[in-house]
Order: sequence, then C-alpha cells, then structure tokens
Amino acid sequence: MTAKTITSNVYDWVDERLGLSELAAFARHKSVPVHAQSFWYYWGGISLFLFLVQCFTGVLLLVYYRPGAEAYESVRQITFVMHFGWLIRSAHSWSANLMIFSILVHMFSVFFMKAYRKPREFGWLSGMALLGVASVFGFSGYLLPMDELSYFATKVGLEIPMAIPWIGPIIANMLRGGPEVSEFTVQRFFALHVVVLPALFLPLLGFHLWLVQRHGNAVPPAEEAKPANERKSMPFMPNFLRKDLAMWLISLNILALLASVFPWSLGKQYDSLAPAPMGIHPEWYFMSPFEMLKILGSFLPGAVGEIAGILLFTLGIVLWVLIPFYDPKSEAGKRARIAHYFGLLAVFALLSTTLIGYWTIR
Amino acid sequence: MSTTDLVNSANIVEEHGERNTRRAFLASAGAAGLCYTAALAYPIYRYLASPEEMALSATAVTEVTLKDAQKLPAGSVLMYKFGTRPAMLIHHADGRWISMTAVCTHLGCTVQYEPQADRVHCACHGGVYNAYTGANVSGPPPKPLTVYKVAVGDADVTVSRA
Repeated sequence: MTAKTITSNVYDWVDERLGLSELAAFARHKSVPVHAQSFWYYWGGISLFLFLVQCFTGVLLLVYYRPGAEAYESVRQITFVMHFGWLIRSAHSWSANLMIFSILVHMFSVFFMKAYRKPREFGWLSGMALLGVASVFGFSGYLLPMDELSYFATKVGLEIPMAIPWIGPIIANMLRGGPEVSEFTVQRFFALHVVVLPALFLPLLGFHLWLVQRHGNAVPPAEEAKPANERKSMPFMPNFLRKDLAMWLISLNILALLASVFPWSLGKQYDSLAPAPMGIHPEWYFMSPFEMLKILGSFLPGAVGEIAGILLFTLGIVLWVLIPFYDPKSEAGKRARIAHYFGLLAVFALLSTTLIGYWTIR
Repeated sequence: MSTTDLVNSANIVEEHGERNTRRAFLASAGAAGLCYTAALAYPIYRYLASPEEMALSATAVTEVTLKDAQKLPAGSVLMYKFGTRPAMLIHHADGRWISMTAVCTHLGCTVQYEPQADRVHCACHGGVYNAYTGANVSGPPPKPLTVYKVAVGDADVTVSRA
C-alpha cells in the first residue's frame, strides 16, 4: 500500500459519503470573466479575508478582555502587560478599518458594474445587510476599551436614535442600559459584538457567498454587449484562485505593516464627568453622517435639523438599497444612466462630507 | 490547427514544463506558508502563555513577609500565598510558629489545619499530616509537606525557604 493508494482510498471513502468529487468538478469548471474591470472582482474576497482576521484576533482578545467595570483595565493589560497583546489589538483595530474600507470599495464597484441586476438582486440586498451589520460591529467594538474616545464616540452616536420621535429614547436607553453610557452599556455592546452580530453575520455571509457561486461573477454592461466569442475568461482553478490568494497575502502584509509600525493607542480611562475632549470626532466611516448632521444643523437648528438630517440620510440609504428595482434592465438606458449618476453623487457626497469633517476638526 | 484549437490545447493540455513550474510554485508557496505560519504562531504563543510566564517569575519567590501576622492568636492558622501556591502559618498553642506549604502531596488539594485535633487534614481523600513537622501521617499522601523557616518580628512575620 503506497501513500498514493492510501490517500486515494481515503478520498474515495469520504467522496462516496460527502460528494467531494462534485465540488471538485464544479470548481474545475468555474471561470472568471477577464476584462478591464476584472480587478474589482478581488474586493469581496479581500473583505472576507479581513473578516476572518477579525474573527481570529477577536477570539485572541477575548482570552483576556473583561467586559463591564474592568473593561479599561483589561484592555490596558492586553496592550501593556501581555506579550504581543499590543500587536493583536492593533491588528484587530486596523483590520476593522481596512475591512470597512474594502467592503465600501466592493459595494461601489458592484454598483458601478451594475452587478445588482437580475438575477443578482439578493446578492445586493444581502450585501447591504452585511454592510449594516459590519457598521454595528464597528460601533459596538469601538466602545469596548472604555477609554475617552470610546465613551464620547458612543455617547454622540447614541444621540442619533434619541432624535427619532416617540421610540427613539426607548431604543437609545435599551442600547445604553440606562440614561448614561456606563458599565451596563459596555456589557451589552460586548454581547452584541461577540455573540449577536456574528450570529447574524455568518448566515448572511454564507448566503451571499453561495449566491456568487450560483450566479457567477457579473460582467459590466459594456462587456455584456460584446458577442460571446469576444469575451475572455480564466479558469477559477488555479488561475484566479492564485491571484485571489496573492491579493489576500498582500492584504495580510499591509495589515501587518500598519499594525506594527502604527500601533493602536489607548487613551485615558473614560470619566463620565469629564467634558468632551477638543476635536472629538467619530471614526472615518461614521464621519460622513456626523458631518451631514452638523451641516444641516447649521441651517435648521434644534430637533428639526436633527430629524431632517436623519430622514435625508435614511432616504439616501433606502434609495441605494432599492437600486436593483429601479435599474433592472440589461440594456443601457435612461434609468441606467440615472443610476450611474446617483452612484457618482453618493460617492461625491460621502467623500466630501468625510473630508470636510476632518478639515473642520478643532 | 485553427486558433481556437490552439487556445483550447494551451488551456487543457499540460506541457511538461508547466507541470514542473506548478511543482515549483507549490513548493515555494508551501515554504512561504510555513514561514508565515511560524511568524504568526510565535507572537500568538507568547501572548497566550503570558500568565504562565508571569507566574513563573512569581514562583521564583524565596521569601514572603506577612505584615501584622505576629498578631495571629495562639492555636490558629493564617492561609497565605507563597509565590503562587497556597501555604499556611500556624501559631501553635504551645507558642511555636510553624509554616508549611498547603498543597497536598497526593493530588494537589489545599489542606487545612484543625486546631482541635492539632493536625493538618486534607478533605479530598482524608490525608493527615503532622502539624509540626509536615510529615505525612496517614491516608494517601506519599510525601511530607515542605516546611518553611519562620522569623517572627515586631511588625511582621517573614517566611522563607528552608
């Protein structure tokens, strides 16, 4: 019995029961379109890789993190006492930011390639749900160290649901575990971040990935217009997989460099009596709505401005989510162009408000 | 051969050269993977082993000073930590100060001093030790409890390895 016959016997035994050869056949026939926009096909995979990094570094942090009253102290110990704790925490924080960035790149590339069209509407909708959950991951995770920045970012962030009439304060108090951000809040956010959100994210992600396998990569309208024999493709195995893994490796390298050369800092422990520090601002991915609310607040002061801002932003998100139903046709037409301009407007609005937000930090 | 045939054959038929490059690629990918795994595994191991390493430096302790322990009344016991392991300081009724480790030599349970019987007893499996010499008197314990040196001062009691 050579090693080769043993392995092939084991493979046959498992294959008879699990159907591995069907999977292998599928993988061998899978192909990826090759055209000018093929570069954007990597970004979903990069987002997935960074999410896996989050799961891994998150579990490691979970070994020493203590939610509740000792949250800050446990993060201080991770950062300054445990060997390489600073590196693991730094990787987790950096990867969170890189993940949201790559999800946004992925989303916009899908939008502009019109990959939300039939039959991929569920892919778009599940993707938007994943973005929503990822944002809550970011918001809940940010509070867990309970330093000054965490405390104020959460305090300000929770003011947004407060502005919703009637149910707003109830929701905000439920999230906060009381009228103030406290040890109850961090415990709740911990439960969200470590149990509830993964339980939501993972099935959604599975669904999202299965849809990609089922429908394959979408091709931009210009490419679709070409006759079939002019369209190029490459086999998934091993060509695209190799390039995909190379992109993952590059992402890992960039993350390792950023995490070690620019380690994440830990501010002072939160103090509920302290005034908000000068230049307080949310993380970059929340800067846009933050700045939009500020700008609107200067035109329409008080509660009116807040509600108007929230409504405007919500309207924008709803229109964005529903784009597959507005622009369903496969030929380029008026709706296709309007959708394209809407996308450009969204990119412009988000970029400009983010930049203005940073520019006006005092 | 038409162009499509050539393209097809290039896609499907593996040249001998391509098989060698594939092997070379897999070998280099494997080696790189190993390097990356090692580079990741080292900090993760040190991180997870941190409490172990911290405890190791704590067990290097050779002397413990117990503040105000000289006030311990006769016929009673004080449980304390010698490094990371539990230990006991007994102020006997006849005035003698004895200190010994409180880790049972049988299976590691923490033993207790019983003043009324003037003995050290392990609740887990009924081991009994001499409360003056630490000798294993009866029950399963195979070895005696290590006895420490005790120096009673004016404001504290210093216990050190014998």
